[in-house]
Amino acid sequence: MEPDGQLKPSTLSTKDLPWQILWSKEKCNLCGHCTAVCPMRAIGLGVHRKRVLQVQLGLAEKPGNLFGVYHGIRQETDPANACVGCGMCTLVCPNGAIAPIHNDEPDKLKFHLNQGGAPRQRGGRRNISGSLLDQIKFIRISMLTDPALDAGRHEFELRTLLGRILPPEEALRVSREGGWIPPVREIYPLIIGSMSFGALSPTMWEGLQMGVAYINEELKIPIRFATGEGGCPPRLLRSRFLKYIILQIASGYFGWDEIIHALPEMKEDPCAIEIKYGQGAKPGDGGLLMWYKVNKLIASIRGVPPGVNLPSPPTHQTKYSIEEAVAKMIQSMSMAWGFRVPVYPKISATSTALAVLNNLTRNPYAAALAMDGEDGGTGAAYNVSLDHMGHPIASIVRDAYLNLVKIGRQNEIPIFAGGGVGKNGNLAANAAALIMLGASGVQVGKYIMQATAGCLGSETNRCNICNIGQCPKGIASQDPRLYRRLDPERVAERLVDVVLCFDTELKKIVAPLGRSTSLPIGMSDALGIADHNAATRLGIRYVI
Amino acid sequence: MCRLLAITSNEPLSPMVAIRALNVMKEGHDGSGLGIFLTDLAGTFEQFRGGPILSGIFSNSGIKALDRYMLDMDFMTKYKLSFRPTKTTPPGTPQRDNYLIRVYEYPPDWENLSEEEVHRRLLTCSLELRKMGEEDSSMLIFSFWPDVIMIKEVGDPMALAEYLDLNRKELQARTILAQGRQNTNYEINIYACHPFFIQGMATMTNGENTAFLPIRDFLMSRGEPGYVGYQSDSEVFTHILHYARKRLGLDLESYKHIVTPLTDDELDRHPNGLWLRLLKHSLRPLIIDGPNCVIGCLPDKTLFMLQDSKKLRPGVVGGNPGMYAFSSEMCGLDAAIPVRDKSKDFQPMKYDTVFVGPDRKGIGRWNQMDSLSRLH
Repeated sequence: MEPDGQLKPSTLSTKDLPWQILWSKEKCNLCGHCTAVCPMRAIGLGVHRKRVLQVQLGLAEKPGNLFGVYHGIRQETDPANACVGCGMCTLVCPNGAIAPIHNDEPDKLKFHLNQGGAPRQRGGRRNISGSLLDQIKFIRISMLTDPALDAGRHEFELRTLLGRILPPEEALRVSREGGWIPPVREIYPLIIGSMSFGALSPTMWEGLQMGVAYINEELKIPIRFATGEGGCPPRLLRSRFLKYIILQIASGYFGWDEIIHALPEMKEDPCAIEIKYGQGAKPGDGGLLMWYKVNKLIASIRGVPPGVNLPSPPTHQTKYSIEEAVAKMIQSMSMAWGFRVPVYPKISATSTALAVLNNLTRNPYAAALAMDGEDGGTGAAYNVSLDHMGHPIASIVRDAYLNLVKIGRQNEIPIFAGGGVGKNGNLAANAAALIMLGASGVQVGKYIMQATAGCLGSETNRCNICNIGQCPKGIASQDPRLYRRLDPERVAERLVDVVLCFDTELKKIVAPLGRSTSLPIGMSDALGIADHNAATRLGIRYVI
Repeated sequence: MCRLLAITSNEPLSPMVAIRALNVMKEGHDGSGLGIFLTDLAGTFEQFRGGPILSGIFSNSGIKALDRYMLDMDFMTKYKLSFRPTKTTPPGTPQRDNYLIRVYEYPPDWENLSEEEVHRRLLTCSLELRKMGEEDSSMLIFSFWPDVIMIKEVGDPMALAEYLDLNRKELQARTILAQGRQNTNYEINIYACHPFFIQGMATMTNGENTAFLPIRDFLMSRGEPGYVGYQSDSEVFTHILHYARKRLGLDLESYKHIVTPLTDDELDRHPNGLWLRLLKHSLRPLIIDGPNCVIGCLPDKTLFMLQDSKKLRPGVVGGNPGMYAFSSEMCGLDAAIPVRDKSKDFQPMKYDTVFVGPDRKGIGRWNQMDSLSRLH
């Protein structure tokens, strides 16, 4: 007998979805704002039939029925329209009549997000709330021999170096003989990035750039912004603000035609060039900008036709081995700017990172090593990469630093750490922990999007639709109807708030440790953790 | 907080001059240790100026091991001063068998060696002896160098001075560094007593060294055999001085620029800003990030003092031509040299380095914002 049912294998009920819409008929005024704003079209007009019992007093008349109709919200259950929990409906509802609620049990949707055999792709993060960095405490407080410093009134110089630093003997020799001294930037240990023009909306990018310029020029805090793969708007390339930018070149070389052509007209050198070999959110995979976001502007900056997917290859086409990549790419990039600009690779944190690091120590042009841990965010990646690929950042930073200490080169190649810094809102504490484990600075993306533009992503699988250009906050969209929601001036203001707050909190951490005149890189005796295995692995104190 | 007193004088002095000054400053230290460095020796030791002097504490078996080692190395004892105290030990001081100061004659086959090689071998010997002693606590080695005597012990400085009878006539020197209080940031360990010494250079410090660990890591990764120990976070100041002078060929001005570099903005205004920036970058892990007052003695017997900007109560230097003292407290200076023109006392601030050269004619001052006297 043929089955006659209407249930398909992927037919789901709202109970099977990760997010369920809770809607109140009493409060709803049927304005329709929620259905209009929903980026997933997860809710629509619902016309509901309802039976009402009518029972008269007395026994004379029998109870009866009245069938009526009311209007409200209906949640879609098609996997393509499943609610992502962004909560924009709640944001726009004048009466507080609607909200997404997280399912009280693991959802069934995840088994069906592969229709047509295509694995799920999404933006966002790993969605694991735990953070080893959050567990690290600062335990070496100056109490007796010398008092702790006053974070509010003491003079601090919390800068770091980005660039290849010559060992002292070599520095003095080169200085005496008039040789080449590698370029070194004195910058703030917080780097924004790397988020591309394309992954981010024009308003988001503009807001961040304005904020970065203000923080540098008015507040004198030398913060830097790394572009990500996707080039840089032509006007910025030709402006004096380029010195605050770290230009990224990645395996798709998107935007580099524009950059190379702008070279003769550049008024300033960029802060540095970051060669991306990998990123934490999708290690071993290339960049991805999905067709939804490749509009005319993005296409022209990247030198591609509009409306096509832009997957970068997993690796650079010139790369046969890391040695060759270093030799060719770092030197080519250095040469393009007359050896005046630091050039460094960024890799996914990996158990093989030390091999890369050891190679870089032998290359006099390698300016730093940036490593991105498994908690890094992305605008688009395969879900499996986000959820299951990658290496935690803390232990790899520690391994790398201690490896440099072993060979006496801890001051020569700065390590920059990214991926999950501030993932639960503890930006300064996470950054300080990484610095004391051996990083020279941190790279931060998600926290910046959350704090400066209200990104809705969380570690509970919320939103995560940066890839399809439907970002309801206009942060990761190229649709003017969406990104005009975001006022760049406000983004810039919030970035200033974030950096000032970070600066104060960083001082509130280092001042009690008695540090003020140099960044406490590798000051691991200040760290403690209540996890014996983690303490042993990181070489820090076990405290309970 | 540690209390420090350094004195340099044309006329030989007993170490008691410094110890009495430490005693005056007693309310600022906890009496947990004493360290003395004597150089430009007078008294009995003056006649042996060229020969290396071994200073340390030995058990009876340690003495035998020492003799065997030195015999094997072909060193010959020329003179020795050993204390075997019979009195009751002061509170907190361990009972020791022998405090030893012994002058040796160089092995004959060292005669034609370069000065650098002799210095290297002396350091190697002292490290080997120290290592031998660490295995069974039979030897504690403080220095092995010509014209240098060091005495260290755990306990109250004045009580120790009486216990060891440091007022004895054989012990006289023209340049003395003394520190009261053993380093108590970490466990009590005699090797943590300041001053620290390596190849002709000695320093002592007060103040916690908050950046100790990265500095230690940097020094220990230089491949220099003498950069060991670090029972005190202050030992790194001596080794930074050694590294700057011996390995990098830099002078005292540069030492100041290494341990307490100018800010980036100040370097922009400094006449040697470019070079100093290079120095700051390449030696960034050696920034001490205080608050510390460092008093030290160079191989030519120049005494110096410097401190970082966080030192709220700087040390002071004063005296008269022929005799000057550096003290962590004004009362220590008053005790050491009561009669002097106090208007000429000087308290170096964050940019200052002060020094008194071997001629002891006056106090030299140098400001960090000044041009360097020579470019390296």
